[in-house]
Amino acid sequence: MAVALILVLLVIASVAFHLLSPWWWTPIASNWQYIDNTTSITFWITGVVFVAVVCFVAYCLLRYRHRPGSRAAYEPENRRLEMWLAGGTALGVAAMLTPGLVVWKQFITVPRDASEIEVVGQQWQWSFRLPGADGRLGRADTRAVSADNPLGVIKTDPASLDDVVINGGDLHLPVGKPVRVLLRSIDVLHDFFVPEFRAKMDMIPGSVTYFWFTPTRTGTFEILCAELCGVGHPQMRGTVVVEDEDAYRTWLQQQPTFAQMMASGEQVQPAN
Amino acid sequence: MVDIRAGAGDMINPAEVEDVELYHPHSWWTKYVFSQDAKVIAIQYASTAIAIGVVAMVLSWLMRLQLGFPGSFSFIDPEHYYQFITMHGMIMVIYLLTALFLGGFGNYLIPLMVGARDMVFPYANMLSYWLYLLAVLVLVAGFFAPGGPTGAGWTLYPPQVLLSGTPGGRDWGIILMLSSLILFIVGFTMGGLNYVVTVLQGRTRGMTLMRMPLTVWGIFTATVMALLAFPALFVACVMLLFDRLLGTSFFMPAIVEMGEQLKPGGGSPILFQHLFWFFGHPEVYIVALPAFGIVSDLISTHARKNIFGYRMMVWAILIIGALSFVVWAHHMYVSGMNPNFGFFFATTTLIIAVPTAIKVYNWILTLWRGDIHLTLPMLFALAFIVTFVNGGLTGLFLGNVVVDVPLSDTMFVVAHFHMVMGVAPLLVIFGAIHHWYPKVTGRMLDETIGKIHFWVTFLGTYAIFFPMHYLGLVGVPRRYYELGETVFIPPSVHTLNEFITVAALIVGAAQVLFLFSLVWSLFRGRPAGGNPWRATTLEWQTPQTPPAHGNWGRDLPIVYRWPYDYSVPGAPEDFIPQNQPSLEPPMHGAVA
Repeated sequence: MAVALILVLLVIASVAFHLLSPWWWTPIASNWQYIDNTTSITFWITGVVFVAVVCFVAYCLLRYRHRPGSRAAYEPENRRLEMWLAGGTALGVAAMLTPGLVVWKQFITVPRDASEIEVVGQQWQWSFRLPGADGRLGRADTRAVSADNPLGVIKTDPASLDDVVINGGDLHLPVGKPVRVLLRSIDVLHDFFVPEFRAKMDMIPGSVTYFWFTPTRTGTFEILCAELCGVGHPQMRGTVVVEDEDAYRTWLQQQPTFAQMMASGEQVQPAN
Repeated sequence: MVDIRAGAGDMINPAEVEDVELYHPHSWWTKYVFSQDAKVIAIQYASTAIAIGVVAMVLSWLMRLQLGFPGSFSFIDPEHYYQFITMHGMIMVIYLLTALFLGGFGNYLIPLMVGARDMVFPYANMLSYWLYLLAVLVLVAGFFAPGGPTGAGWTLYPPQVLLSGTPGGRDWGIILMLSSLILFIVGFTMGGLNYVVTVLQGRTRGMTLMRMPLTVWGIFTATVMALLAFPALFVACVMLLFDRLLGTSFFMPAIVEMGEQLKPGGGSPILFQHLFWFFGHPEVYIVALPAFGIVSDLISTHARKNIFGYRMMVWAILIIGALSFVVWAHHMYVSGMNPNFGFFFATTTLIIAVPTAIKVYNWILTLWRGDIHLTLPMLFALAFIVTFVNGGLTGLFLGNVVVDVPLSDTMFVVAHFHMVMGVAPLLVIFGAIHHWYPKVTGRMLDETIGKIHFWVTFLGTYAIFFPMHYLGLVGVPRRYYELGETVFIPPSVHTLNEFITVAALIVGAAQVLFLFSLVWSLFRGRPAGGNPWRATTLEWQTPQTPPAHGNWGRDLPIVYRWPYDYSVPGAPEDFIPQNQPSLEPPMHGAVA
């Protein structure tokens, strides 16, 4: 009796917590509304199953708990019931998997008009590289990293010269433009994570990984590292500023190019 | 089709081989210390696992103190924090759960449940335990080594695991961790071959495979999986050790560390992740399948009803075991592997939900129209169902590749795997200890302490891990020493973290109560008799309790029926032991 009651209370408390607690996802700032929608579908289906299973257990405890003289039924198998349950479960799983795979297809298909930017992780800071007037990023290699070339940009690649390297400053992005984020690390695994964008991806030293998204509202967002990268992991923070096209252009023109940076022989000035 | 409920007479082959020649101990040392008796080895495995588990629990307290009250405890600096989470994770997954289910319950229950006198290779079985103990000691040595244990997280991802930004990376920590894992795997292989061969070759007459209790099916399948999965971890450890000690670069690409170009290069960090998770995902089921099997037997026995859909349960165990080898990369959706893999691994991962759901349905359908005795094993089994269903359902979020993207590496993941492979199997372990303690010791565990321990543990762990999912939904990342000032994290998150920490401290304290009960009941527990739960399986039909050396006296038991003959219509008792030929118990009450 008491046990059944506690189980029902547990279900009520769980549902109430889900509906009433202040902890919910951050307001979205990218095109990945579909991810939130798939998550919502999953919450509904799994929530119904959870409530149903626990309530059924509570019912069994109430109805079939031991009383003097009571005896259990003897029913080893019931193929019909088992098949129905397996079929129903398969349907529920398909209802979650199908939208999941459709959205995944979108997630890994980068639009043709997406611009490319590069994010580089190292213990324990973020750096960024934006293509210059030619719209292309020059090649880079960890082996080319040195004190005056912290991202290892290949100097002999002509496409490198007009690249904009942001070392220690904020990343700026224009709102409403799809962007393909190329991810690189020069030491250990990191992960570029802005909760409001929903998308994230590990960066692997020796490889270039990517994801894409379209920022959908202006604002300033915090970048976290989401892959354990040593004792400084929690301090590895950065900032993305999403602004309208004009403000972005103005900001970009104020940044020195890679060629200017090499010529001056200085570290890049911190961006605003 | 063979009727699994087959009654008296059929399927009993004449004895073709002579009874085995057992090794008989000659002294106190060979009887209790260097013992080759599976029951003693089981107790040694279990005691060691519980002891190192207490260490892991204290570590979890320390890390929760830091998360709940950051900065209040000066001795928990970032280095220590990461060492605590690493050791906690590794101990719980490998040295507690794997060792306790397979080395502990496997050793005790397999020979007794299949009607054997002992494991088939007793000497290798003994070596298995001593290598396990050595592995534990090497692991613990990390705490005393210069630089302390490794703080790379239990996944030990290179390259950071070997670099100076990680505690123990350039010191002894990682060397000791890898050595300990290698020893564990060698030791486990000796034990594991025993469990598999004993199930396949050591069963008594009449004990067909489809008459084995689900406990044996679960442990057997998990052991086969472990024998296939641990080699992947073994080679990963050896290669990583070479990278650390011999200057190879299996996993080390070109790296600039603190402004210096490191010498080796060209290796692949993601190769390690594939090897690790090729082991790591089956490992989840290596822990889960024995729990599935045991909980099936607990529910059936204490609801006085046959397990519902036995054949489906066996096949579900086997299908889950097989499928679990083709889902590993769902741990790597955002690892930077080829994103097209996502389609395959999301599909296989969600398919595995179907046989898992069938198991849940069959547990609750066993309760339906049962005669439910709310004993402690039953309470823990019920708590397991609630916890496992909760944790299993959140797996559908993380397995569905695109939903995983925002949630991976957040506290949602931590909450999910603690529910499903931390708390749920531990609840089964507690239930199983309450269930079999009377057979192992001859005495019952204390009921009052048990009830307090049960409610605090069940509701307390739920209070810890259910709200934690929502922290992950907010975006709170895992493996953060401190959240610091983060724009999107509201102050209420810190309040919730304090609540979780307080709950964790209380749940931890309740475990001390349980440990006390284990020792106290050994001397003061109510005498149990041979079969206090009126159960059908063979281990309850031994001539002595605790079972003597050789288990069965002069003659091995003969099995006439499946293990779930509870409340059979027409039978005078509500249970018929597997070795009882007819519905009526023998008049003299002796064992066949």
